[in-house]
Amino acid sequence: MSNPALVVRDLTKSYAGRPVVDRLSMEAHAGQVTAVLGPNGAGKTTTIECCEGLRTPDSGEIRVLGTDPAAEASAARARVGVMLQDGGLPSGARALEVLTHVSTMYARPRSVDDLVDRLGLAGFAGTTVRRLSGGQRQRLALAIAVVGRPELVFLDEPSAGLDPQSRRAVWDLVRELRDTGVAIVLTTHLMDEAENLADHVYVVDHGSVVAEGTTEQLLAGREQTIRVETSTGLDVASAASLLSQDTGSDWNAVEESPGVYLLHGEVTPAALLATTTWLVQADALAHRISTGQRTLEDVFLELTGRTLR
Amino acid sequence: MTTSTPAPASRRIFAQATFETRAILRNGEQLLVTIILPAIVLVGLVATDVVSMDTGGLSRVDYVTPGVLALAVMATAFTSQAIATAFDRRNGVLRLLATTPLGRGGLVAGKVLGVLAVEVVQVLVLATTALLLGWSPDPSGLLPALVAVLLGTAAFTALALLIAGTMRAEGVLAVANLVLILLALGGGVIIPADHLPGALGPIVSALPSGALAEAMSAALVDGTFALGSLAILALWAAALSVLTARTFRWQ
Repeated sequence: MSNPALVVRDLTKSYAGRPVVDRLSMEAHAGQVTAVLGPNGAGKTTTIECCEGLRTPDSGEIRVLGTDPAAEASAARARVGVMLQDGGLPSGARALEVLTHVSTMYARPRSVDDLVDRLGLAGFAGTTVRRLSGGQRQRLALAIAVVGRPELVFLDEPSAGLDPQSRRAVWDLVRELRDTGVAIVLTTHLMDEAENLADHVYVVDHGSVVAEGTTEQLLAGREQTIRVETSTGLDVASAASLLSQDTGSDWNAVEESPGVYLLHGEVTPAALLATTTWLVQADALAHRISTGQRTLEDVFLELTGRTLR
Repeated sequence: MTTSTPAPASRRIFAQATFETRAILRNGEQLLVTIILPAIVLVGLVATDVVSMDTGGLSRVDYVTPGVLALAVMATAFTSQAIATAFDRRNGVLRLLATTPLGRGGLVAGKVLGVLAVEVVQVLVLATTALLLGWSPDPSGLLPALVAVLLGTAAFTALALLIAGTMRAEGVLAVANLVLILLALGGGVIIPADHLPGALGPIVSALPSGALAEAMSAALVDGTFALGSLAILALWAAALSVLTARTFRWQ
């Protein structure tokens, strides 16, 4: 594989003595979507802003397309596109005007008309930024991030607040960029975004990488889930032993939140029967039973003992 | 895939200056403070005798116009720029532009050029109005007036960025307007420093507002360089620039 588009080694950054990013290391490659997945406050945005040259790391090394982002070279900045979480759009200017303005900073920008078309900006091209909805601002900010034909794009929570249709347009554009060889780094706290878009996922919590790999690697293993919604306070140990005994394979069980139980093991018809047996013994009525594959949400829960939100 | 390259620096800065100028000239409140307020002061002081003035034998328009031009420079370089930058900073605009090929240096250069462009518009409007009111400036004062405007712009733009880069946007909105009014009334702009009572005169002469007004007056009334006032302005510009560069927070 060619040199990584982004290399972060042992990045550390504290605010007022409180570490926000703690010895974080990651890489991103051309032609791949790399997702930094974690709950709010995990240090995702700080990490990305260090890579964008907007914050100075306390320690560690960052190489963006082979150069130090703190060097402030315009030639290097032209090769990197940025979408900030708060948009960074001037409130008094019109949407199309801002996009056109940023495009003039590049020698060979993408066609503004094409981006307007792709991201559905035409309907609000002449509207001032302060009157745009959150979703409209997000799409405009994405257009601005890619108008300079960057080789590496940083997208901070690109589909936060988007309606399903806009989100699909954003995802399609991200995939198209990837297919043309662009390296894309996005932060998200949305499982489905990471699962649908990312080639490589870094799961981040408390400023450190707690797991990494392809989505397949992270979700690997035959382990599956039976999810039961019923009364609170049932004995999870008895569920695990009953299912293990009746199916002949290993099961474990947790009460994820009051009245919601996750049973992990190889899901078979016998396992489902054992689950209802457990409920009968506990004299509990299930409101809902569902079976499913492990999700990144489960992975995160297992790694940190917490849910993502 | 071809490597993306930035547009030439001159084009980036020119584009930013144009963008900033349009933003200011299109904003109602900004127009009010930069164009309409100085124009009202000019016409109000010249065409009415609501305010009695000791003009030292000059016509009212000759006496008042240099100060009004100084006021216009302060309104654009300081008040308008402080407010615009503070809100751009709060909205993350400064951070986003810093990640484009424009960069932080290009952003500051674009802002300064934008201020100068708005000042050109102001001078056209105010000078035309003054000429219609009978203004007869000393033609040899053009160069010294230009030097005074440039130094005043440097000092007041640095002051604008100093408060915009350290205070909350709402605070900047209040302070930038209040300081303009205080300097206009008591800072040697409309009433010359040497007409102020007691020890106030020398103090006000040393303020950037007083120094700018005195330099403009010396240029346009007498056609001379007020070297002392110009030196004071240059010192303010240098000191405020250093302070701003050290304290400015981009977010």
